[in-house]
Amino acid sequence: MRGILAVDAQLKTELQRQGIFATTLQELYNWGRKNSLWPLNFGLACCAIEMIASTMARYDLARFGAEVFRPSPRQADLMIVAGTVTKKMAPQVVRLYNQMPEPKYVIAMGACAISGGPFKQGYNVLKGMDRFIPVDVYIPGCPPRPEALIDALMTLQKKIDAQTLTGENQPRCVDASAPSEFLVPRFGAHDLEPPQNPTVWHPPLVQITTAQPAATVPPTHSTAGAHES
Amino acid sequence: MSPERSPNMGVEAVQAALAAAVPGCTVEIIANPSPAAQHSLLIDAEHAVAIAEFLRDDAALRLDYCSNVTGVDWPAKEGGGFLEVVYHLYSMEKKHGPLVLRLRTQDRSAPAHLPSLTPVWRSAELQEREIFDLFGIHFDGHPDLRRLLMWEGFVGHPMRRDYVEPDDYEYEPTAHDAVLQKAQQHQRGVGQ
Repeated sequence: MRGILAVDAQLKTELQRQGIFATTLQELYNWGRKNSLWPLNFGLACCAIEMIASTMARYDLARFGAEVFRPSPRQADLMIVAGTVTKKMAPQVVRLYNQMPEPKYVIAMGACAISGGPFKQGYNVLKGMDRFIPVDVYIPGCPPRPEALIDALMTLQKKIDAQTLTGENQPRCVDASAPSEFLVPRFGAHDLEPPQNPTVWHPPLVQITTAQPAATVPPTHSTAGAHES
Repeated sequence: MSPERSPNMGVEAVQAALAAAVPGCTVEIIANPSPAAQHSLLIDAEHAVAIAEFLRDDAALRLDYCSNVTGVDWPAKEGGGFLEVVYHLYSMEKKHGPLVLRLRTQDRSAPAHLPSLTPVWRSAELQEREIFDLFGIHFDGHPDLRRLLMWEGFVGHPMRRDYVEPDDYEYEPTAHDAVLQKAQQHQRGVGQ
């Protein structure tokens, strides 16, 4: 159920047949936003190639109103974090996100942007973009195919469509108490400072349990990650 | 100097030419026992630039292209050890190569010093910066020696064998082997 429409859906359809269009401000607002998502022209690694492919004629992201890749964060609604975010790059990504006007959304594209991917245990790659900025849609894959990016965009459109102007599910820009700027990490001696933004991300409660002492258990069976949050 | 001398005919010929052309230099052949048999030349740091200029300018060798520079860390078991820089040289003009040059530092102190070969081969510039960044070898005579991959203010050199990475194993949902140990170590550390 979305929108507070005084007329029921059946009556609305009947009215449309008679040439009368009944709608709500919220519906118009969401319709406008979801069909003109302008992404930031911003690629970090191999996922960017798939992002470029999805905008070209074969996959044609323009069908969903997201063809206008903006070269400036001031004109963009959507940040597609396409690729590996190194710790050296992370402050710039957060700064670009802060410079985007509300309402704004983030798609984390590919294994690296989600969690660090194959570089997770390295010394120089951020273990997921969601440690510093709120991510709306995650696409797994290495790299995800253009169809996956289109699916993520459609998921985001559904999410926008379900948002309400008032109440719990309102977009962040309408909520006065929500933060408008996010912490830009500084470079420390060994890692970013802080290594994650505690207001955005905290480690999920994972208990690493082993049935027997770790030395006697084969490594493939020794992990049982139980999500408790 | 026979005009048909090339690194493909064996490093011994190059070693002999260097001994004649650069007085006082020490050039040692490091044999590669594998079937590739790509032997390399260990040159001394003091004469490295003179040797490099000879290899580049000699009419028979003309090694005008440095395709790759890389670093190697050789720690000794009982402390000490050394750092090594490896240069791969080709000739675009003569269409031969590679000739592999090695340079070794005295010890693994930071910063260890070696002469830069960027004034001889411009293509070594960024790769020497990377080695400076990741191994902590200071290249004397490099035009712009700054960190390349890590940021200014980063402490340590990550490609050294004794580098200790930051403990950020707070969330490892599919940990196994070494990562599992580190994640458990992290949890124990947090629990105390």
